Amino acid sequence: MPDMIDFQTDPSRYLHWRVDYDGPIANLYMDVNEEGGLFDGYQLKLNSYDLGVDIELADVVQRMRFEHPQVKVVVMQSGKPGVFCAGANIRMLSGAAHNHKVNFCKFTNETRNAFEAAEQDSGQKYLAAVKGTCAGGGYELALACNHIMLTNDSSSSVSLPEVPLLAVLPGTGGLTRLTDKRKVRRDRADIFSSAEEGVRGQRAVDWRLVDEIVQNSKFDQVVRDRAEQFAAAWDGPDDPVEGIALGPLDRKFAEDGSVSYSLVDVRVDRGGRKATITLRGPDTGPATDMAGFAGQGDQAPMLRLARELDDAILHLRFNETELGLVVIRCQGDPEKLLAHEALLLDTRDHWLANEVLQYWKRVLKRIDVTSRSLVCLVEHGSCFAGVLAELLFAADRSYMMEGEFEGDNRPIASITLSASNFGLFPMGNNLTRLQTRFLGEPGSVDAAKAQIGEAQEAGEAEEFGLVTMILDDIDWDDEIRIFMEERASFSPDAMTGMEANLRFAGPETMETRIFGRLTAWQNWIFTRPNAVGKIGALQCYGTGVRGEFDQERV
Amino acid sequence: MVDLLNMSYDTQIPNNVGLSADKKVLKALEKWHPGYINWWNDLIPEKFQKSMIYLRTAVSVDPKGWAKFDYVKMPEYRWGILLAPGVEDRLIPCGEHKGEPAWQEVPGEYRNLLKPLIVIQGDTEPASVEQQRFLGMTAPSLYDMRNLFQVNVEEGRHLWAMVYLLQKYFGRDGREEADDLLLRSSGSEEAPRLLGAFNEETPDWLSFFMFTYFTDRDGKMQLESLAQSGFDPLSRSCRFMLTEEAHHMFVGETGVGRTIERTCQAMNEAGIADPYDTGKIRDLGVIDLPTIQKKLNLHYTLSLDLFGQEVSTNAANAFNAGIKGRYLEPRIDDDHQLRNDTYRVWGIVDGKLIQHEVPALTEINMRLRDDYTRDAAGGVGRWNRIIEKAGLEFEMKLPHECFNRKIGVFAGHDFDPEGNLLSGAEYEAGLPTWLPTHADGDFIQSLMRPVSEPGQFAGWISPPKVGIDNKPGDFEYAKLHMA
Ligand SMILES: [Fe+2]
Ligand SMILES: [Fe+2]
Repeated sequence: MPDMIDFQTDPSRYLHWRVDYDGPIANLYMDVNEEGGLFDGYQLKLNSYDLGVDIELADVVQRMRFEHPQVKVVVMQSGKPGVFCAGANIRMLSGAAHNHKVNFCKFTNETRNAFEAAEQDSGQKYLAAVKGTCAGGGYELALACNHIMLTNDSSSSVSLPEVPLLAVLPGTGGLTRLTDKRKVRRDRADIFSSAEEGVRGQRAVDWRLVDEIVQNSKFDQVVRDRAEQFAAAWDGPDDPVEGIALGPLDRKFAEDGSVSYSLVDVRVDRGGRKATITLRGPDTGPATDMAGFAGQGDQAPMLRLARELDDAILHLRFNETELGLVVIRCQGDPEKLLAHEALLLDTRDHWLANEVLQYWKRVLKRIDVTSRSLVCLVEHGSCFAGVLAELLFAADRSYMMEGEFEGDNRPIASITLSASNFGLFPMGNNLTRLQTRFLGEPGSVDAAKAQIGEAQEAGEAEEFGLVTMILDDIDWDDEIRIFMEERASFSPDAMTGMEANLRFAGPETMETRIFGRLTAWQNWIFTRPNAVGKIGALQCYGTGVRGEFDQERV
Repeated sequence: MVDLLNMSYDTQIPNNVGLSADKKVLKALEKWHPGYINWWNDLIPEKFQKSMIYLRTAVSVDPKGWAKFDYVKMPEYRWGILLAPGVEDRLIPCGEHKGEPAWQEVPGEYRNLLKPLIVIQGDTEPASVEQQRFLGMTAPSLYDMRNLFQVNVEEGRHLWAMVYLLQKYFGRDGREEADDLLLRSSGSEEAPRLLGAFNEETPDWLSFFMFTYFTDRDGKMQLESLAQSGFDPLSRSCRFMLTEEAHHMFVGETGVGRTIERTCQAMNEAGIADPYDTGKIRDLGVIDLPTIQKKLNLHYTLSLDLFGQEVSTNAANAFNAGIKGRYLEPRIDDDHQLRNDTYRVWGIVDGKLIQHEVPALTEINMRLRDDYTRDAAGGVGRWNRIIEKAGLEFEMKLPHECFNRKIGVFAGHDFDPEGNLLSGAEYEAGLPTWLPTHADGDFIQSLMRPVSEPGQFAGWISPPKVGIDNKPGDFEYAKLHMA
């Protein structure tokens, strides 16, 4: 087992994927190295995947946007004959601790959402070209693509065999995308999801499981044609172009588990079971235009900050599972930060401005579904403005300093909203965080909107409902300490459940159903003896002995 | 009343399963039948379709007299559905249901496990006919031609047997699978056969003999283990197929043996003692022994790949469910459930071949493969006795199981036939002496000239010791249609 799971990688280190770039088309080959599992004790046969495979895929998807913006169509296919992808590796799953399984599923869900949304967000359409077995998580990969092609060779098929084979669910969006995205009739979805065997040929089209079937001998040609056709149908601006390189992060780990990046600092307090993330706003003004921004490349502060924060969150999720409370602070000049953001907002039709903003959207969503207690501390000298103000609304609670604090000569704490808080960063429920926050008082959203660009000090911030509580010099330390101690004393399970329920008010979307309903059911099943008990199906898989079920319906 | 021993001809399809009373299945089979006849007619060259071939036809499942020999035009062959007689009170022989009464219907919980087994078995039957479709043109004698077609029509019947099971027991899915068995075809770009080895053409008669010796023997082992199935109709079906399969392996063993015999004879007549004096031996119009060994290496290793991955969850599930047993299951001295047993297999650790003990349940394929290897060794010994008797120094050998493997733990590693791990360069260098080269293939091909006079044989192969159905040496096994 690796000491630490690292989410940073680059194409020179890929074990499982390769990409051939051909103008507007990228051919993405999944060719999983059997011996390249992240942990010991299993082989990644038949293009099955573990977290390591998915970390590379997430990297591919991210680089596709920033480094290869000219790509309009990504053809996801297998580099192995006879199999597209057999899904998540079962021995890995049966050997993994519960929290790893849950985190693994969450991360893979986020990656699938990211490439699924790439068409809408970035004009990059993912096409699944399926030849051979496409089972379970393999079909879930295809389901998240924007178009699925299946060869018609009378043996290639798509299937979701989790229920009959493993007594768990197709939990990486599988069940939800069947009904919500592909709108498969529920009785057919029922048959499909309870059969070990796949559906192939015409029935796969009739049941809406794939978009088209293709004559086997012409498959490669038709896939190429389709990719070219999709690429030609692109009607957005043609400006890109050349991408920018995403270099390695500037990152140091300390003995005590703390991590420091260039603009992000993560302090670890194991005794207090908390991590404090401090974000640093930019010291200087922004580039004059997007050409200048592109010149800064991955060093442009708005991009650097997003990448570092993203990595920090993933690191905490996987490598620091006992830090139940994440405190988010920031320091910097709000006006400078807003100037940086304004460049992006004003030139949103520039591909790179769009990508950076879309990336922030994904990072913020990642924070939304991070199962730690999140609290923002709005201190003097902080820069909760524009995109960083979103953190206040992503957090479970926020506390703000009110008035002068003795011996503290930093600028008085303030919060400044920008246009970005009103539509640019929707949550999974498709509402903004402010809309979700003020679900019962939509007038408050309008009132807040009228304050765009105005720095709100504590009194106003409280009046507009932007923070949970404001505290003066006398109360601050004690109140914060008591809150943290209390939080640390609660059951982590209850916290996770309570927070996840309170965070996503309002309408359901496919995304909330995946992260809420499907994931919750899956995680429940992941703790049940019928799946993971000594004689549960997941544990017995591969031994030849069948799992034994407790027949009681719960 | 259904006569379980004798075929009934009250429907278009000869059978001993009471088809005339089973309207549903009869209807499905009759619907499938024209497609099958088309498949056959498109496949076998017309000249042979119109010829009269001296074939045996299964007319009963009575072990004492199940077949009848006569001239028949192949398209009029009576492909029938025959199950071996049921064993009274048969019990499931293995797995978690061991000792329970055998199933006469498919248990719902095992439907998904059972169907692919039948589909894959069914897929190999027509595949081999497709692979061998052009061999009639170059038959070294009428006797051999007849043997080829005998094997072909029986593989066709085996397809029928599997189609019957699919249509009778697997509902609509089963009917679709039965249709797809005719849709896929060997080597097709559109819809190839399911197993790789069944998509290679059988290019010459020595390959045919090797194929029927080695690959039909894989078929035998699969049938043997399916004959142990707790699903009784499958068991009975496979038991009867095995009686036919024996002849296929006989054709293979004697075919290779007669080739060896002729080579030895020609060498002795020419006074050549060195089996490696290839040029001179080939000038005699016979196939040198080292080339025969190379063919053996190829076909044996391809057949080993058909047993699949060494560690197999599917095989374990099938055994534990009682739907597929092991070779001669009742004779094995264990609990037939493999709760705690281990099995010794080869593996590669740090680049070295080692044997280790693993749970026997996941090694079902491996055990069957080992049984296969033992079974295959018998004929090789008999071939060596022919060489010995001719006074020549040469020994045919089965290569080590790690040589030339594309599936399983040895795939991707380069071993020589003795089992030594080699570098890529060493392997490349040795390959022409271990596996047939293009030049070897061309040479064999050059010998493939048809001989169609009764009692006459091509110069590279000896006549058989005894005729089929005890017919005399000059018997006309095929009356060829002359256009
Ligand atoms: Fe057969
Ligand atoms: Fe056979």
